[in-house]
Amino acid sequence: MRYLPKSPTERREMLAAVGVRSIGELFSSIPERFQLKKPLNLPGPFSEAEIIQYFKARAAENSYGCSSFLGAGVYNHLRSVITDTIIQRGEFLTSYTPYQAEITQGTLQAIFEFQTLMCQLTGQEVANASMYDGSTATTEAVLMAERLTGRSRVLVARSLHPEYRAVLKTYAKNSGLHVEEIPFASNGTLDLKILQASLKDDVAAVVVQSPNFFGVIEPAAALAQKVHASGSLLVVAIAEGVSLGLLRPPSEADIVAMESQSFGLAPSYGGPFAGVIASREKFVRQMPGRLAGQTTDSEGRRGFVLTLATREQHIRREKATSNICTNQALCALAATVHLSLLGKEGLREMAQQNLSKAQFALGLLEKIPGVKRTFDAPFFNEFTIELPRSVKIVNAHLLREKIVGPFVLGTPYPELTKHALVCVTETTTRTEIERFADALRRALEQPV
Amino acid sequence: MNERIKKAARHITQSEGLIFEKSSPGKRAFELPPLDVPPVDAGEILGMHHRDEGIEEFPEVSEIEVLRHFTRLSTWNYAIDLGMYPLGSCTMKYNPRVNEFVARLDGLATEHPYQPQELSQGCLKIMRLLEQCLLEITGMDAITLQPAAGAQGELTGLLLIRAYLEKQGNARKKVLIPDSAHGTNPATAVIAGYEVQNIKSESHGQIDVDKLRDLVTEDVAALMITNPSTLGIFEQRIPEIAKILHAKGALLYMDGANMNALTGVTRPGDLGVDVMHLNLHKTFSTPHGGGGPGAGPVAMKNILAPFRPVPILIEKEGGRLALETVRPESIGRVKAFSGNFGVLVRALAYILAYGPGVRQATEDAVLNANYIRKHLEGYFELPYSLPSMHEVVFSDAMQKKNGVSTMDIAKRLIDYGFHPYTTAFPLIVPGALMIEPTESESKEECDLFIDAMRSIAEEAKTNPQVVKTAPHSTRVGRLDEVGAARKPILRWKPLSDSEAAD
Repeated sequence: MRYLPKSPTERREMLAAVGVRSIGELFSSIPERFQLKKPLNLPGPFSEAEIIQYFKARAAENSYGCSSFLGAGVYNHLRSVITDTIIQRGEFLTSYTPYQAEITQGTLQAIFEFQTLMCQLTGQEVANASMYDGSTATTEAVLMAERLTGRSRVLVARSLHPEYRAVLKTYAKNSGLHVEEIPFASNGTLDLKILQASLKDDVAAVVVQSPNFFGVIEPAAALAQKVHASGSLLVVAIAEGVSLGLLRPPSEADIVAMESQSFGLAPSYGGPFAGVIASREKFVRQMPGRLAGQTTDSEGRRGFVLTLATREQHIRREKATSNICTNQALCALAATVHLSLLGKEGLREMAQQNLSKAQFALGLLEKIPGVKRTFDAPFFNEFTIELPRSVKIVNAHLLREKIVGPFVLGTPYPELTKHALVCVTETTTRTEIERFADALRRALEQPV
Repeated sequence: MNERIKKAARHITQSEGLIFEKSSPGKRAFELPPLDVPPVDAGEILGMHHRDEGIEEFPEVSEIEVLRHFTRLSTWNYAIDLGMYPLGSCTMKYNPRVNEFVARLDGLATEHPYQPQELSQGCLKIMRLLEQCLLEITGMDAITLQPAAGAQGELTGLLLIRAYLEKQGNARKKVLIPDSAHGTNPATAVIAGYEVQNIKSESHGQIDVDKLRDLVTEDVAALMITNPSTLGIFEQRIPEIAKILHAKGALLYMDGANMNALTGVTRPGDLGVDVMHLNLHKTFSTPHGGGGPGAGPVAMKNILAPFRPVPILIEKEGGRLALETVRPESIGRVKAFSGNFGVLVRALAYILAYGPGVRQATEDAVLNANYIRKHLEGYFELPYSLPSMHEVVFSDAMQKKNGVSTMDIAKRLIDYGFHPYTTAFPLIVPGALMIEPTESESKEECDLFIDAMRSIAEEAKTNPQVVKTAPHSTRVGRLDEVGAARKPILRWKPLSDSEAAD
């Protein structure tokens, strides 16, 4: 087998050196009756060519080649070949968590750079590297707020990504947290009246996403004021990081939970991505996850180490801030390379293109009879529209023209049947947008 | 000393600052295609939300600088691609490159989790086949691929147990965890709402079955067991342990971190395990990437299947696959979307490469560990003498006499061209040296490692100072970890004007 570097002779030599006659003897501690007598029933063995052939055949059964107007937490953005070139370097790809700092300075410095970039983006003071994704980052941010405040009620915007809310619910169930939903107002932002009525001094955190699941930007600064007045913490979740190229950072928030998929990571049917938690320096000892810190060696040379490990499970066991161990380090590295490539101007220009294209798309769609914009608050690259008929039926029509239509909001939000969430990024061409608008117009003209 | 080091020679690595320190206004490494729609006025549209300027201190560098920057950083890392990485419990095996290739194919990497399922049959078939393979390997009945890593798999497993027990009317209070377990086990049990009761190993490092019999009460929800244990020893009485738990209505959870010792040889499902996780980034060769991403599928017996996280992969009439989201008894979601799909692709590619021959990998992994054990016995203390499976745990007791600790030996190993083994774990072995070579090492590489370890054992007697001050060959020496934790510097900041003037 090509992955195994031993000849039959070497195996025999090694067995002899160990002092056993057969390999079976080395497994003698497994009770005989539990040892498999037959080979496993697995497909293969396959050569490299056959493996590639198998996966190419599967890829051909998917959607590649269609235009897509899906976002909803996973975004198609331009990615440079440089990013993939770097993260495929074996020195990064095949290295472990950098516990042995002297021979993992590459990974450690890159993590330190990631933490810095995340702080710059979010307007926060410290950032970890990393959480599994935006959903678990948001959940861990809430658990962190629970530890920081000693309170157990959590107010969560209904406009937070439905899957983030679902994950939070799973984790909260046994953590003594009471999660309550705050609805959205008619303009798509958080309903401040209901928030105000629910905000008491037993609230650990208020959680909003911005731009929220409907694409609408939340007024984080104003929210922070209200939330802080009750001694609660404001958690801002960010699912679309590119928005930070044009939007004011949520620096008034106490904890930011971000999905960094938009920074150089392929959609990959939902993962792997990388979540990140950014926060204030004074909260760092309650932060979960890995942190790299700058230090010096005995000769005063700058170096980096994993630090504040007393928060972590391998030291603190049942008293740890989280059980996270393996995280999404290589995805965080991809984001670091990607953002270094984009730089100050590149990120801004990318964000500007998203905004312009989404505005252009809305303009075209609004001209179609019966199509209405749902929420009038400002948005970034995603917006909600109401159609005169079922989005699912419309999408079926669009699919015949090789267009993957917008996200069907009625599924997670029964109050929004016939509403669709449209996403347009810099990768969506004007032609695709125009083709989509034409196809949508035709789909709506079809007899029911 | 130098002629003893056969694996490594010194070479130059380049110095490199932080990416921010290379920045100069106006440089850029990325250009977008021209905007093909009318530009809008962002300030007007976004109003108070608008950020007037680019992000302060964000890097401004060119493409060659970015490429060189990260390439230089990469050369400061040790990696499996460079040589043996005997980190016990981490299974640092070869990461086949075809796995990377297929995970990046157009049609797989490009797919959106919310695209219609009729246009996702390729992705779903991959998940289905991986599920079937992992069920065959573990001898279990049902599986979820959703958890992102081992620790999240543990949590999923315990939540399944809790849901099952709750349905019986009592979720119970405690989870039993051996003192040799990974730290994630107790941390996970707490998140699942359980109290942790640690149980001491008996003198051979195995679970004390008689004591266990007393400890398992109607309050106990589960025992979390690692098999082989973190000592690299197979828990021989595991079927009996399962019976003791089951008799009291408790369940047996197995941490599958060490599945590389068992694949193709025995199946946890046959041993009486009720639920377990697998670390695809260990046993199934997906790259560690400096700390992740991984995937931690959870395989279980039928009694736990109704509680699996949504969505569940199901087969509809005509063989069409679908993700079912409405399952009333489900514990809910543990992660957004469909798990770390890209990692699942890689793991399946690994399994397909071996097929039933995966047993050979297990055999070679166990052979390597025993070969190393045989050649280092007498040089290092072996605190537990039961047969080793895929890893061997020594202690620094012999070297301690000269003031040399496992950490010193580990750091000295770096000078010999190897990544250290796992130090100071498992906790039940004071000064542990936990060595897991995996099947990916040739006899030649094992021999070089043995030479290096024996040489360090000799140095610990004749020149302990050289070991205690190691490493001597790296870019940086031992770093001040205490200082780093006391006054944490967790991000770069530009020098203030006064600092810059210094």
